[in-house]
Formats: sequence, C-alpha cells, structure tokens
Amino acid sequence: MADDFAIDVKGMTKRFDKRTVVNNIDLQVRPGEIYGFLGPNGSGKTTFIRMLCGLLRADAGSGTCLGYDVIKESALIKTQVGYMTQRFSFYEDLSVTENLDFVARMYGMKDRAQAVQKSIEQLGLSRSEKQLAGELSGGWKQRMALAACLIHQPKLLLLDEPTAGVDPKARRDFWEQIQLLAAKGLTFLVTTHYMDEAERCHRLAYISYGDLLIHGTVAEVIAHAGLTTWSVHGPDLIQLAEKLRQKPGVEQAVIFGSKLHVSGADSAALEQAIAPFRAGPQQWEKVPSGLEEVFIHLMEKSTAQDSS
Amino acid sequence: MNWLPQFSLERFKGIILKEFIQMRRDRLTFAMMLGIPLLQLILFGYAINVNPRHLPVDVILADKGPLGRSILYAFKNTSYFDFIRQLNSDEEGREALNQGDVTFVISIPPNFSRDLVRGDKPVILVEADATDPVATGYALSSLSGLLTSALQNDLKGPLAYLNGASGPFDLQVHPLYNPEINTQYNIVPGLMGVILTMTMIMITGLAITRERERGTMENLLSMPTRPLEVLVGKITPYIFVGYVQLSLILIMAHFLFGVPILGSIVLLYAAAFVFIVANLALGIMFSTIAENQLQAMQMSFFVFLPSILLSGYLFPFRGMPLWAQAVGEVLPLTHFLRIARGILLKGNGISEIAPEIWPIALFAVVALTIGITRYRQTLD
Repeated sequence: MADDFAIDVKGMTKRFDKRTVVNNIDLQVRPGEIYGFLGPNGSGKTTFIRMLCGLLRADAGSGTCLGYDVIKESALIKTQVGYMTQRFSFYEDLSVTENLDFVARMYGMKDRAQAVQKSIEQLGLSRSEKQLAGELSGGWKQRMALAACLIHQPKLLLLDEPTAGVDPKARRDFWEQIQLLAAKGLTFLVTTHYMDEAERCHRLAYISYGDLLIHGTVAEVIAHAGLTTWSVHGPDLIQLAEKLRQKPGVEQAVIFGSKLHVSGADSAALEQAIAPFRAGPQQWEKVPSGLEEVFIHLMEKSTAQDSS
Repeated sequence: MNWLPQFSLERFKGIILKEFIQMRRDRLTFAMMLGIPLLQLILFGYAINVNPRHLPVDVILADKGPLGRSILYAFKNTSYFDFIRQLNSDEEGREALNQGDVTFVISIPPNFSRDLVRGDKPVILVEADATDPVATGYALSSLSGLLTSALQNDLKGPLAYLNGASGPFDLQVHPLYNPEINTQYNIVPGLMGVILTMTMIMITGLAITRERERGTMENLLSMPTRPLEVLVGKITPYIFVGYVQLSLILIMAHFLFGVPILGSIVLLYAAAFVFIVANLALGIMFSTIAENQLQAMQMSFFVFLPSILLSGYLFPFRGMPLWAQAVGEVLPLTHFLRIARGILLKGNGISEIAPEIWPIALFAVVALTIGITRYRQTLD
C-alpha cells in the first residue's frame, strides 16, 4: 500500500464517442471518510464512479483505489468495493434473502448463511426477508441494496444517489447507517442532490459537465465560492424578487418560506443593486451563504461558460 | 489486460441457482416451455396425418380383359386408394394430377390381361403427386405387396405358375414433382428437434439482454464474476428443461402417435445433450450480441427459418440444391434429425450416429467461444 488514501486518482478521463463526459478529474478520499459528490444531472458523476469500480474503461488517468491500480486491477478492486447503483439493480423476482445469498455466492463468502443473516439483522430487514425484492417500497429497496453491498464486508462503498425517491425518515435512517459504518472505518463516496445530505459529508466535490469545479469541506466550499447573501424578511417578497432578478449583480433571488435570499458573487455590485430597495418595508440582513446558493451559483456559472 | 478471478464453483452454482429461482417465478415462461411442445405435437401430430388413406385416384383402364379390373379391386382393398373417375388418355391423367384433383393416376395398358397370361409381365404405371411425400409414401409402400397378392385368386390351375416370386406383372411408380420419398414417421421425431431448437435458442437468447434491460447487468458486472461462470451458469438450468421437453415429446410420440422406438433411449438422451447444449450456446451467443430482448428474438427467428426449411424436417434433404445442403449441414437440427430418426425408426447404434454428433459438438464449442469473447465485462 503506497498511500493512506482509499481513493487516489489523477487525470481520470472518459469520452463517449467525441463527447468528454469526465474530464481530467483528480480525487483523493481518505479511509473512513464520507465524501460527497455533487453536480447536476449528466455531469459525469455516475461515469466517474463506474470507472473506479471497473465497469467502464477510463480513456486516461491513473492512480489507486484501495491500493490497487485503478486501471489494471479492477477485478481485485471489485472484491473489496460495494457499488450501489442509481437504479435498483437486484433481481426483483428474487426474495430479499435469495438476492443476498446470490451476492454472497458471487463474492465467494465462506459462511454464507451467517453473513446473509447478519446483514438482514443489521439493516432491520427481518420482516421482509421472504418478500420479493420487486415488491419492496423505495426505502426498503435502498435498504436491501445497502445490505447487499455490505455483505462481503467491503472497504469502500460507492453509492450513486442512494436516497433518490426515498421519504425523509428513511433517508435519515439510511444516513445514520452510513455514519455508523464510516465510524467503523468504511469509506464512502456518495452522490446526491440533497443539500442536507451534502452537509452530512466530511468533504465534498462539485462536478459539472465533466469538470471538478471545487472540493473541500462544506465550509471550505462555501468560502471558496465567495458568495454574498442577504436575507430579506417582510411583505411582497414575490414582487421584490421579480424586480431584483433584473438587476446586475444579483445572481439569485430565491424565496425560502417567509424569507427571500438574494445572492451574488460580486459583493459591491450586489449592494449597489439592492440599495434602492432597502428603504422598502422589508428587513434586510446579511447572512452566510448556504450550500444551495453556492451550488446554484456554480451550476449557472458553468452553464454560462459552457454556452459561451 | 485485466486480472481475472479464478473460475469459482461457488459463483457458478450461485448463477445456476439464481436462474432456477427466476425460472420458477416466471410462471408464464415456464408454462410456455412445457406448453409449446405439447401444443406443437398435438397440432403437427394430428394436423399432419402421417398415414393418410382414401387418397383420390383416377384410372386409365385400357385393358379389355378381366385381370385389369381384378387388380383395381386389389388397389382399392388396401384402403389407400379411392377411385374417382375413369379417364381415357395419359394427357387427361396428367392434367388431373397437375390440378391436384387426384393424388394418383393408375394406368393399366391395353391388352394387359392377354400379355399377363402370356407371361410377358405387363407394366402398370402409377403416377403419384409426390409434392407432399408424406401423403403418398404409405400408399406407395403398400403397392409392393400387391405384386404377388393381387391376382392370387384369378391365376389358378395352369396359370398358377405366374404367381412366382417376382409376381405376374410389374409396377412402375412415377413420383411426380418430388422424387424423394422417405418421410415415414418423419414429422414427429423431427418435431423433437424443432421444438428443442425453438425453445432453447429463444430462452437463452433473452438471458443476457434481459439482465441488461432490467439494469441488473450493472450489478452483476460490479461483482467479481467470470464470463464462463455467467454464461455456462445461465445455460445449465435449461439443459434440465430441454430434457423435460424431450421426455414429454418422446412419451407423446410413442403412446399417442405410435412412433416406434427401435434404438436405445439412453443413446438418444446422450446425443440430445450435445444438441441441447449447442442450441443453448447459440442462444447465449445471440444474447451477447443483441442490444435488447427484441433483437435477440429476431436473431432467434433468423435461425428458425433455415432450421425448419433446410434441415430436412419439412423437405427431403437430398432433394435440395447443393448450396442449401451445405447450409443445412451447418445447422445442429439437421444432424439431430438424422440422429433422432435413425435411433427411433431405424434402430441406429452409436457407430451410425457418431458422424452426426461431432458437427453439433463443434457448433456448440464455436458458439460458446464467440459468446465468451463477445461478453463484455464493462458497460462500454
């Protein structure tokens, strides 16, 4: 083992025909870390994950995953990685137990029955073990998929939008599981569109149209974006937002419940833009930018660059 | 380029088990696998009468003597021939055959009785519409007995010597339109091969494409599996299904249609193994090439057509042009038909069927090899 990183890759690139889907991405993830992978749909998150576990051949790039060469030793990587696909990809016509037993066999587990039983208990699947996987609800499907990914005791879990379409309670339970496992030393690479989930990650990376734009802890990412945000409280916020959006310097004017958040990258330009409205009946207050504002800012910036 | 894990018996067993469970859950497909042989056998078996009697016959009776009529009675007594009309010329006879009005035209030449009594061995001409050899085969084969028996009652006393070993007259059979006549019991043993071809290719043709379409392929590939484990693991359960079909057909063929079983059943089952595997291997090869289940189905049908037409199942193999025979020789069904008919109808042993086994085995190896090389371990 040449390094202390669970994932340490450089220059990962994947092209489909002539379209570059993943462009020269470097990524380092420490063991026991929950690493969040964010970005708009079609930004290359899934492609990047698939390259890590050998499902896609990288066009360029090098590095290691769990100490194995990410290009040449993908079969070895597979034995120690659990990959949870975006779309449920277990056999819907097999029961929960049958699915888990199948996975255990594929990994050549020695005490299979015990491993299956253990993972059923660990994820609280006992009540539905005889049920066909196709009959499970979204949340239980995710839970079963996680159980299946864990059965061979992997060191690294790649979770591709694990909580899409899952209710908030199930989502919270799911994340509690992940944090518990991370505390035991498991490494996670998780893609998500949910800001609350992003905030639960130790570190984040934002990827857009194949490029990794920014990475670091939540605070680092927010600081790096250099965004200024004002929170406005009071009447007629909808009309106010409408007017503010026309002004130069205002990038976003979004209503969150009873508050309007106005943000822009250029702090001076933003203040100039809002100056005429501050005399109005609303109360204005400068607040720290949230992750959502930062990501929408990044998304719009890269779209603008992309189309220019 | 990539390091591959060792072939693991455990993983192999895992795939087999999974396929069995899925087969059991997919009731409709399972029912089809058992239903298709039954339905086809009943349709083909009853619709295609392998021993049709009372075939329409026109007669050209130019003989004025009594023996010609005696012979016609003998024809009638076989129950294969029903006389429709009496014609006056060969042209009329040929036209009746052309139009499909009758299956046979029997011509008894002028002075037949006189020539026969003289010991000249006159010739009776039987023209047959052999476009469908099944229709005429039995009737024609019944004629050989006529030679000696037809006139036994007429030729007595001093004429009795004419009933010698070779008979008092000759029969000349002209099977028109299709000179090959060898279809006794052909259809039912042939169906065995046809049904196995259809179901086996189709069922495994869907094997990989189904995983891909349902999205489970991504998962399967993310686990450390080898192509051989997956492909052979997917084939194996259907060998069992193939044997169930084979047994069903064999039981029905024997007890429902009275197809004789002259040779060794064990030998037939052993030969069927190679044949079943060849078809499954072809299916799984299609499965690795096809993009989706529909394409896999289309590829299967692409093979059914030549299999049914060029294998000798419906049309006599030796009646085909050479290029068609060459294509036919490649198809596993062609060889299996010879094996099945050989063992069941002719009582063939291992030495007779061995030359038909290895082309099937070769076919299986090639198909499986292509399948394994085409099986993509990545989603690229």
